[in-house]
Amino acid sequence: MTSSIGNFRVPLLIDKVPPAPIKWGSEEAPVGKTLTEKILGFKAGKDVVAGEVVTVSPDYVLSHDNSAAIIQEFRKIGVRKVRAPEKIVIVLDHIVPASEEKYARNHKSIREFVAEQGIPNFFDINAGICHQVLPERGFALPGKVIVGSDSHTPSYGALGAFATGIGRTETACTWATDEIWLRVPETMRIDLDGRPAPMVSAKDLSLKIIGDNGAEMANYRAVEFAGPAAGDFSVGARLTLANMSAEMGAKNGYFAPDKKTLAWLRKRARGPFRAFVSDADARYESILRYDLSGLEPQLACPHTVDNVKPVGAVAGKPVNQVLIGTCTNGRLEDLDAAARILKGRKVHPRVRALVIPASWEVYREALKSGTLAVMAEAGCVILNSGCGPCLGAHEGIMASGEVCVSTSNRNFQGRMGSRDSEIYLASPATAAASAVAGEIADPRKFS
Amino acid sequence: MSKGHVWKYGDNVNTDVLYPGRYTYQILKPEEMAKHACEDLDPQFAANVRPGDVIVAGKNFGCGSSREQAAACLKYAGVQAVVARSFARIYFRNAINLGLPVIQSEEACAALEKGDEVEIDFARGEIRSARGVHRFLPLPESVLGILEAGGLLEYTKKKLAASAAKA
Repeated sequence: MTSSIGNFRVPLLIDKVPPAPIKWGSEEAPVGKTLTEKILGFKAGKDVVAGEVVTVSPDYVLSHDNSAAIIQEFRKIGVRKVRAPEKIVIVLDHIVPASEEKYARNHKSIREFVAEQGIPNFFDINAGICHQVLPERGFALPGKVIVGSDSHTPSYGALGAFATGIGRTETACTWATDEIWLRVPETMRIDLDGRPAPMVSAKDLSLKIIGDNGAEMANYRAVEFAGPAAGDFSVGARLTLANMSAEMGAKNGYFAPDKKTLAWLRKRARGPFRAFVSDADARYESILRYDLSGLEPQLACPHTVDNVKPVGAVAGKPVNQVLIGTCTNGRLEDLDAAARILKGRKVHPRVRALVIPASWEVYREALKSGTLAVMAEAGCVILNSGCGPCLGAHEGIMASGEVCVSTSNRNFQGRMGSRDSEIYLASPATAAASAVAGEIADPRKFS
Repeated sequence: MSKGHVWKYGDNVNTDVLYPGRYTYQILKPEEMAKHACEDLDPQFAANVRPGDVIVAGKNFGCGSSREQAAACLKYAGVQAVVARSFARIYFRNAINLGLPVIQSEEACAALEKGDEVEIDFARGEIRSARGVHRFLPLPESVLGILEAGGLLEYTKKKLAASAAKA
């Protein structure tokens, strides 16, 4: 069965072919497969099961400002040309525009390499954060294998891709060989049920899960977000959860592609794709269950992402900076959630409230819808799309003793500046409420 | 097989404390990177580490960003291997791909203390110290080749040279 998406004929929901039988010893019954086993098996051209190491040719290889260092590694290999220039996607997002000469030199060397190698998929400083740009521009598609030299590459699992983070040397070698070794991961399933209360979001859910189970809960594993509430989540919320699966230690995190996925991709998909979903009898290493109906706003307190408390436990803590943006929570629905609280209110004089739309597409939409006007009226500082101060390089570095409430995904000591500053991770609603109150605040009080 | 002394740390040693983000785009030279190894974890480390020393830590070693410097800085500082209860996934890959051996061993992590002299036998899967012999599962063959070549870069060079010779 196929359906038309944009200009492409694509298979519709999804491969209904029964799984090829795998023998576990001679007597055991055939066992179904997870989405990850299916995608990696499809790419490897054979049946694979968790634990196996496969060598595959990835569909896309992502890198960002660190391409400058990757180019240096690539030069050491001794080949002149990358093997598959059309598979390389480079997005400048980390320190854009360049804040110092050395970053300018890095960017320049990347632009020269892109021209020299004929790399068609290059996004300069006017695109946005890579993890928003790849979904928006239709690279992140169901069934694709995407590797990226950034730890939040698992984000694309939100659309049913197998996507995982790799290092720089490996990225350089993949440029040269068009191949990569991958261990097929075991899978942890998280069944989601119930509806979240107003002002409670996917970010709160992700923090709750990590707080309950620890930062290595899914180390080296795939995480499948399933259950009725998974289907209720928007693609944006799915991107937040898949993004945060990196903070669970996961190799990849994903949602089964469904009608919402296909609708979202309709005008975006760059080419045909094949969608996979896990079989009903697939093997899961473990299954967790979460009911969203009782969920409260959560914060990850300094200095680890699993140091999570409900907002009531930390409310009242004075705040100096609020960051609303990043690859975790810089989408239009995130800005809208913050703007609903900021509308008609003012940012507290103690607080520097920074807003960074995740991409220029988001920026333009938020301009047109008036969301950015609401935020600017409230006293927020609107910054250009990019990673901003999330990794501590520019645009809002913290001094000793300062406290930031951030919608980003990491709160490690010293990440945003001084080792003696503190980062609390929260949802856009909690961040906006805290900006208005001048202290950590419960967004439900602003509804 | 070389001997070295143990540097002992706890759980969730992250990439920011192994190699601070403020240096990742500033420093590219190995000897400079070695000087900042573990800077925010243990300010004594970089000045006192000796070639052959071994880091022994708890769960989820190397969690955080995908920056390779967090593995590279230890290799350049002379660290022979990192032994942990478990590793963060990307760190595990990065270490192998850079030729820094990573060993998973509950037993060794429970027994070994700071300053212990140890000897690692990668072929037999043994860590020997005055406290006893601690066994570990040798890495799968597919990744041992990368470690033996001294890292993925060397491994890839050899592989491409071999396929060019064949053509």
